[in-house]
Amino acid sequence: MAGKTLYDKLWDAHLVRQNEDGSSLIYIDRQILHEVTSPQAFEGLRMAGRKPWRIDANLATPDHNVPTTERAGGVDQIVDPVSRIQVKTLDENCDEYGIVEFKMLDERQGIVHVVGPEQGMTLPGSTVVCGDSHTSTHGAFGALAHGIGTSEVEHVLATQCLIAKKMKNLLIKVEGDLGVGVTAKDVVLHVIGVIGTAGGTGFAMEFGGSAIRSLSVEGRMTICNMAIEAGARVGLVAVDDKTIEYFKGRPFSPTADQWEAAVANWKNLVSDDDAQFDKVVEINAADIKPQVTWGTSPEMVVAVDGTVPNPANAKDADEANSITRALEYMGLNADQAITDIKLDRVFIGSCTNSRIEDMRAAAAVVKGRKVASTVKQALVVPGSGLVKAQAEAEGLDKIFVEAGLEWREPGCSMCLAMNPDKLGNGEHCASTSNRNFEGRQGFGGRTHLVSPAMAAAAAITGHFVDVRDFELNS
Amino acid sequence: MKKFTTHTGVVAPLDRVNVDTDMIIPKQFLKSIKRSGFGPNLFDELRYLDEGQPDQDCSGRPINPDFVLNKPEYAGSSILLARNNFGCGSSREHAPWALDDYGFRAVIAPSYADIFFNNCFKNGLLPIILTEDEVEELFQAVAAAPGMSLTVDLENQKVVSPDGKEYSFEVDDFRKHCLLNGLDDIGLTLEHADDIRAYEAKRRAEAPWLFDAIK
Repeated sequence: MAGKTLYDKLWDAHLVRQNEDGSSLIYIDRQILHEVTSPQAFEGLRMAGRKPWRIDANLATPDHNVPTTERAGGVDQIVDPVSRIQVKTLDENCDEYGIVEFKMLDERQGIVHVVGPEQGMTLPGSTVVCGDSHTSTHGAFGALAHGIGTSEVEHVLATQCLIAKKMKNLLIKVEGDLGVGVTAKDVVLHVIGVIGTAGGTGFAMEFGGSAIRSLSVEGRMTICNMAIEAGARVGLVAVDDKTIEYFKGRPFSPTADQWEAAVANWKNLVSDDDAQFDKVVEINAADIKPQVTWGTSPEMVVAVDGTVPNPANAKDADEANSITRALEYMGLNADQAITDIKLDRVFIGSCTNSRIEDMRAAAAVVKGRKVASTVKQALVVPGSGLVKAQAEAEGLDKIFVEAGLEWREPGCSMCLAMNPDKLGNGEHCASTSNRNFEGRQGFGGRTHLVSPAMAAAAAITGHFVDVRDFELNS
Repeated sequence: MKKFTTHTGVVAPLDRVNVDTDMIIPKQFLKSIKRSGFGPNLFDELRYLDEGQPDQDCSGRPINPDFVLNKPEYAGSSILLARNNFGCGSSREHAPWALDDYGFRAVIAPSYADIFFNNCFKNGLLPIILTEDEVEELFQAVAAAPGMSLTVDLENQKVVSPDGKEYSFEVDDFRKHCLLNGLDDIGLTLEHADDIRAYEAKRRAEAPWLFDAIK
């Protein structure tokens, strides 16, 4: 019998029952709740007279709506009344049911996908869900993690299970050494460019190969975070020593007497050598350069030394139409050099790139330099209060502020502009976030997805530049 | 949940690939704590020429006359015809809520993003998968006869055009059963509460560190 993939193992370990109609019930170990996709779930629970199945499986924190400017006044000082009600509703629901919540003024508050692993809430071998598509992030630790809709949030609250259908297995194998200045973000953008934004639909997407193993766990989180941008709900990386080391001493990690048993269990969380994948895509790490998206879908991506595509060279009429439409929205010309794109704003943050490693990478580029006078605003938004504290302990905040960047409070911020941080109509932004959809960062806003180092370099020069040409002043 | 058995309605053609959930319902409208009222803001940035705000009366806003839903022949449409990878992007269930609130009962496309696809079934909205060729044929039929209707028959898994042509589609048995009968799947899952408790007891023994830690 062929071996099992990591996904097969996780699926089998969580299977509660298989129904006659082909659907399955899988058990959910962890649910993370935030203010945007949970209010209707709690309301549904109440209206049906149901109670949460297991309180200790849940953790909540507000992130999408929270302001990133001075916030000492707490929830009551959120200016937008609709946002304020949503954050208050999360607080009230968690208080009512006794769910642990890191509220807005708690130092542990932050973006759900940064907070979960940081607290050891996400653990290898667990199933993790959240009403947010970037829940794929947690797969970086060998957890089966994916985004769900609000009806499913309610379903998990009420039953601790999901009705699911097993996905297919896809392996993205990145072999070789990544070049200097080429980061996890560039790897995943390159992968999306190769397989397309629907290339992973219906698959659990495991990332393997020597280039992935060489990445830190934070880099692996960036990669799994964007599995969904290639259509895969689930991203995965096998457990190794770095994974295990990461969880030592985290607040919700196994206690001392459970640690050895947990580690023994976690070490099995790898795909077997003879595991069968439904599809394998091989990528040569040496081919990957720093990436920049030019269009309105994450698959519209090229290397920084490339040019904006020309619809005349498209493979068919549909692609030509898509390119033409994207160029028009983005205000770009066919064949324009990527390095000629000028930036109005820069955003360093989001669940993709707001961890300490990202802060350090950006700080190393801007240290001793100044943001270009043509850039209206460059924001740095740490992913959690604890990331913020760590960065400040390392003096990174001072480096950013001296260079002319703004150092903010944690939250989702300009990634999706539900709070006051947003792009103006027609503005170009170098952004470390995950989606360059039309209007995503603000009405008429033009997003270019890049790594933290590339965003920082663009802030200094005012246009895209190959970060490999930058001498680091660290 | 609302039942879905058969439905006949006007087809609106939305001819673009990768229609994302930010396009279906932009983020500023996700601040609502309700499940209803999203219809006026469905496709807000395509449908109107200005930037929409939550709780705004949309009746006086400048509309984009080129957008399909603003054309008189597609007024009252209830079946959306779309291209590949419809509903990609975020997990927001506000996307099917907005389609439903506007009056759509079914979407026809060659492929969907997984989370959106799943969310539709929880809200009585039927996402139908036809082949790229069949979808192209329907786009051409609608172009030749704007305002035409289609009939969707879930029981027999068919889409029927006015000239009697039938297009078959696949749908999971469980999802079909829930839609045809308007069933609440939480209630169905709780019928297996004993299985869940048995699994949980085994899990607690095998991985005790996943219990009672978060408090």
